[in-house]
Amino acid sequence: MERMNIRISGLGGQGAVTAAHLLAMAANRDGKFSISNPFFGAEKRMAPAESYVRIGINKIYDRGELVFPDVILVFHPQVITMQKSYTAPFFSGIKDGGLIIVNTDTDLLSDEENAELKSKNVSIFNCDATTLALEIGGTELSTNMAMLGAVVGVTGIVSMDAMDGALQERFGKKYVASGGTATLDEAIKKKYAKKEQLIQKNLDTIKKAFELGGEWADEHKPALAGAGALTG
Amino acid sequence: MNKPVDFQKRELKGYSNVQIGEKSKYKDTQTYTDPSFLFNEAEATPAFMTGSEVIREAIKRANIDLSVAYPITPQSEAAALIGELYAEGYMGDYFRGENEFGVMSQCAGAAFGGARVFTTTAGPGTLRAFENFPMWSGARLPIQVCVTMRGVNSPLSIQPDTMEAYFLLETGMLVWHAETAQDLFDWILKGYIVAEMPDVHLPIAVCCDGFFVTHTKDTVVLPDEKYCLPPYDPYRSPVPCMDMECPPVRMMRDPFVMKSNYISYMTQASWQLEVRAAIERSRKHTKALIGDLIECENTDNEIVMIASGTAVSQSREAIRLLGLEGINVGLIKIKTLRPFPHEEITEALKNAKKIFVPEFNVAGWLAREIRAVIPNNERVVCGPHVAGGMTMPSEVIADEIKKAMGMKVSGMTARG
Repeated sequence: MERMNIRISGLGGQGAVTAAHLLAMAANRDGKFSISNPFFGAEKRMAPAESYVRIGINKIYDRGELVFPDVILVFHPQVITMQKSYTAPFFSGIKDGGLIIVNTDTDLLSDEENAELKSKNVSIFNCDATTLALEIGGTELSTNMAMLGAVVGVTGIVSMDAMDGALQERFGKKYVASGGTATLDEAIKKKYAKKEQLIQKNLDTIKKAFELGGEWADEHKPALAGAGALTG
Repeated sequence: MNKPVDFQKRELKGYSNVQIGEKSKYKDTQTYTDPSFLFNEAEATPAFMTGSEVIREAIKRANIDLSVAYPITPQSEAAALIGELYAEGYMGDYFRGENEFGVMSQCAGAAFGGARVFTTTAGPGTLRAFENFPMWSGARLPIQVCVTMRGVNSPLSIQPDTMEAYFLLETGMLVWHAETAQDLFDWILKGYIVAEMPDVHLPIAVCCDGFFVTHTKDTVVLPDEKYCLPPYDPYRSPVPCMDMECPPVRMMRDPFVMKSNYISYMTQASWQLEVRAAIERSRKHTKALIGDLIECENTDNEIVMIASGTAVSQSREAIRLLGLEGINVGLIKIKTLRPFPHEEITEALKNAKKIFVPEFNVAGWLAREIRAVIPNNERVVCGPHVAGGMTMPSEVIADEIKKAMGMKVSGMTARG
């Protein structure tokens, strides 16, 4: 594929926007073209928030809401269970052979939904990202990192070196964000003695999820496994 | 109207009060740089950042004297980032206004006093500030406002919507509409050069689509930050600054409209005409800096799309999709809404049989503007357009075009 379109559906405060920016920054570091943009209402914790990443080998003009994604990342079970999504169902528009990664420890889809996705050859990876974030990152605020690790593990859309670089760039220096994001940045920094520790823990979380993603891909052979290399 | 000017060879003399190469009076790590060198020859590197950060990078090099801030999504981050620049010593003054009306009035005060001024606003903020915009242009204040456009109506929307650009069209300001982060960076700097020319000397609104540009991370090429524009020279103003006895201040404190006679009305009207003539005179400077006022691709096709801002980007993707099905479509990108490039558009559309105008607003105002200037305007299809923050996927544009051509479409499923 020439381009991978990734839709991230989460809740306000989970870092869906930050995750999209990190993924796009990493792709840019890898020498690919990328664009990331968020989509949300007035800032509010736990309200639906979406962000979009487009990564390709040619210049990308397209922006705004991603209607036909290749990959959907669901950062919170409520996106599915409480319909906290901009679309109904949350997977509307997913392309044939697509990939859905859900942050959950249990299957949240109905038999009907599973059948519909199967008919489109869409693979579903239930990845317990919040538990992983708590175990390795030491805070559920690292859930977004675990989700990033998982998608990179399955698709290889960016390199881990680039991911590391993007993390340093985002959290290693002064960063001016809007009110809600700035507050959460402060909250997560307070959880660690040093900034380096924050970056290291987040990177550890990404790496662990990356491994899990790779193992899952080996076992389930989703259509998009390794597709992140992108070819024209 | 305008004498033909060879703009390719024009020397951009945007300064006379300082020497090129002098250290900036605000930031001694920066030197006053010839604009032509800054834009064309200075060493430049690509960076990957949001549109808000791009606004900061432009202002870092714009050598402004003052910025006034007031929070409103989606310009709040840019305004906060400019505050960071102030803290780092890049400008003379920075403060928060009490509301957008106050902000624009304070900008006017600073510009009357001879300062280079920058501010940002969006959506309802733009409308709240509105009384000031025709005042700025009537008073010939070359203030720059970056408008990060969003929904203006109730029910509330913070999402991209270009309605406020329509309202700005007859304020007497220059109105440019950036497509990308790169446009935004370049045009903020170049906008000052054009706006401050003695034969122009008007306020400028550099508009971009909120979120699609401000909150999107994109690649932008930035010249080294050791360079900055030379400062504004208030003595290049065509009207004396803050002279209570001369126009335009004389007219404002003792308005002609109070005197009911033909001459007073004529004075008022002729000044408005002069402001519009000044907009037209900006063309030659603008072309020298940002190229032709429209950018054309394959306009010899029978179907042509014409748009400004993010709608251009979405059109580019739609053209790529249609191309895969063997349907060839041309594209015109409008860079400046004021001056409106009517002659260029008429010429570029002369062979088009069907003209589509994708827009992010409910009115379809760009289609109206185009219909008003081109012959055989039944060729113009007002749309596709979306409003209130809706996305316009390239697939939707492609389907609209196919439908209008009487072709079958696969059936786009609407989201939501």
